[in-house]
Amino acid sequence: MPGAPNDWQRFFSFSTDHKVIGIQYLVTSFFFFLVGGIFAMIIRGELITPESDLVDRTVYNAMFTMHGTVMLFLWTFPCLLGLGNYLVPLMIGARDMAFPRLNAIAFWMVPVFGTILMASFLVPGGPAQAGWWAYPPVSLQNPTGNLINGQMLWLLAVAISGVSSIMGAVNFVTTIARMRAPGMTWFRMPVFVWTVLAAQIIQLFGLPALTAGAVMLLLDLTVGTTFFDPAKGGDPVLFQHFFWFYSHPAVYVIILPIFGIFSEVLPVYARKPLFGYKVVAISSLIITGLSAIVWVHHMFASGTPGWMRMVFMATTMLISVPTGIKVFAWVATIWGGKLRLSTAMLFALGGLVMFVFSGITGIMLAAVPVDIHVNNTYFVVGHFHYVIYGAVVMGIYAAIYHWFPKMTGRMYSEGLGKLHFALTFIGTNLNFFPMHPLGLQGMPRRVASYDPEFTFWNVVASLGAFLLGMSTLPFILNMIGSWVQGEKAPKNPWRAIGLEWLLSSPPTVENFEELPIVVSEPYGYGKSDPLVSNPDELEVAHEPN
Amino acid sequence: MNPTETDLRDDASPAITEAHGDAHHAAHGHGSPGDQMFGFVIFLLSESVIFFSFFAGYIVYKTTAQTWLPEGVLGLEVREPAINTVILVSSSFTIYLAERYLHIKQLWGFRAFWLLTIAMGSYFLYGQAIEWSHLAFGFTDGVFGGTFYLLTGFHGLHVFAGVLLQLIMLVRSFIPGNYDRGEFGVASTSLFWHFVDVIWIILFLLIYIWQ
Repeated sequence: MPGAPNDWQRFFSFSTDHKVIGIQYLVTSFFFFLVGGIFAMIIRGELITPESDLVDRTVYNAMFTMHGTVMLFLWTFPCLLGLGNYLVPLMIGARDMAFPRLNAIAFWMVPVFGTILMASFLVPGGPAQAGWWAYPPVSLQNPTGNLINGQMLWLLAVAISGVSSIMGAVNFVTTIARMRAPGMTWFRMPVFVWTVLAAQIIQLFGLPALTAGAVMLLLDLTVGTTFFDPAKGGDPVLFQHFFWFYSHPAVYVIILPIFGIFSEVLPVYARKPLFGYKVVAISSLIITGLSAIVWVHHMFASGTPGWMRMVFMATTMLISVPTGIKVFAWVATIWGGKLRLSTAMLFALGGLVMFVFSGITGIMLAAVPVDIHVNNTYFVVGHFHYVIYGAVVMGIYAAIYHWFPKMTGRMYSEGLGKLHFALTFIGTNLNFFPMHPLGLQGMPRRVASYDPEFTFWNVVASLGAFLLGMSTLPFILNMIGSWVQGEKAPKNPWRAIGLEWLLSSPPTVENFEELPIVVSEPYGYGKSDPLVSNPDELEVAHEPN
Repeated sequence: MNPTETDLRDDASPAITEAHGDAHHAAHGHGSPGDQMFGFVIFLLSESVIFFSFFAGYIVYKTTAQTWLPEGVLGLEVREPAINTVILVSSSFTIYLAERYLHIKQLWGFRAFWLLTIAMGSYFLYGQAIEWSHLAFGFTDGVFGGTFYLLTGFHGLHVFAGVLLQLIMLVRSFIPGNYDRGEFGVASTSLFWHFVDVIWIILFLLIYIWQ
């Protein structure tokens, strides 16, 4: 039956249904997660021995550049946009996003710039090699002399990604501000919605700065302007400012929705209301505000004057206050709760632990004396992989497991899920913990060969990486197998409280037959207040098939 | 307040009120006029950050560059750009008048002032082109040349886009029933024009006055 929720062809069409687009984002981004993962396997394969022996050095440079770029622009960003797309309209009681067609266009730009980026493997000279931050003057080198080169395609892909993200951000902010159901006041919104709002506001004010820098770099590279070329009077540090003005807040764009996911998942499986809901919600916006004034902490070693270092050290440490508030709120939420350790809960708890660890190394890095010492070493690499793999990827897995029954109408296999969690948790720590001692010992990042004294921890890290590579297999098996022949999911398998759980799994096109009339706060676990006053009118009653 | 079943499914229903707007999103593929304006304002705020980034870059270069003006260049001629500025700023008033005429349903008054705005915008672009063609430096002549052409060019692209939008709105004003769903097209084009205007004033002060 065409148009039915289970009609698979919709997922390959220009659909404007936010739920279809959400799943399109999720599946596309997971494909690129695997691509970026293969690059990571090559990097760790190279680093298992001190010599540069597995791949050529230029290939190695291309690998870490593409690994970072793919993982950020083609995996975490679009994946979280997918979750936001699927969940936000359901959670606020809307029938779709504010601009469904714009939404679809924004999604279809993802495979376009993904293809452009991958096409750089086919041009002479290969892909960009200047790292995901593309600092000039390295990124201005064009040894082949061709107009179309790896770095140029990289900039093009990033620019298109920027346009797509701005479209998405306009859509999300409008949707959340104006499409909430009757009674869904600001302080009745689930925290996930708050965090998506906070993250998308960052996109709106931050991304244009990167676009500006990317345009200037592209002009330098192609038509011969001299903005960033120090040999011709340009200023390469200015690019670093443009880049980090966006790219540090970009970390909050991906971690904020993860905070939202923790805030959704923990109360459900602890059977307790979220502790300090309003404070958790507001602290998301405080993080958004502070994220605009911390970027120079990436540039402590870039000839930054002393007063500037002090100011940005202070602002960076300040941002741990709203973040710490959230962490304590989550701990208080599960404290004394009746925990049910489902796969989603395990991933949320694991992600939380990893996040605390990465937060501690983050504070260390914010301190100028420490940062000057470990700048550009593996300590930094270890820190942000604990954030991005430990917290973000595990948070994404928590969300996928938690909402899998809602999205597909099927239950997942807990056994495979727990195996997936065990492999991921062990693999993450095995892979990324050794990077901290390596960094403190002085091993620089982005090198294909290293001093043999670093061998032990590198071997451990590489084994952890291969374990992480394998950990995706039970996940893929679980997702495909359960979607095809899993047990049919009821409306609300987790006894969760939220508008999305009042609808059948998966919800029908346009979600709500009658808009819900919300009458109570979210997370009313252990209370008996109804969430909406018209629960029986949300859907057309139909015979179970 | 909830829309009825027929409201929801009827794709061709022309009368969309603010209150019922939400219900029609999925059916029509775009938001209610109020949502559209809200989204457009957000977009403009975001767009302004690109300009502010360029402005910030310009200020950094101007205050720190070892060599600022290219050899043989003494400065910029202000007379022509000043005339251009007056034209562009005035066009913000003519477009406002056009909008007022549309509000009181006087289509010909709207078209007249709208066309005048298009003419003024086009003159601005013409003036910009004339200025460029007489300059003694190009965009590869140091960071001064680069930022000058980047800022005026990027702003010029926005003026060009604005004139194109105005042309589309002018043609659409001849379609019967064009304003039944509100005046979002005209209102947003007008807002965009004011935005381009304000950006130009900052740009003019930065590049031409602060030499």
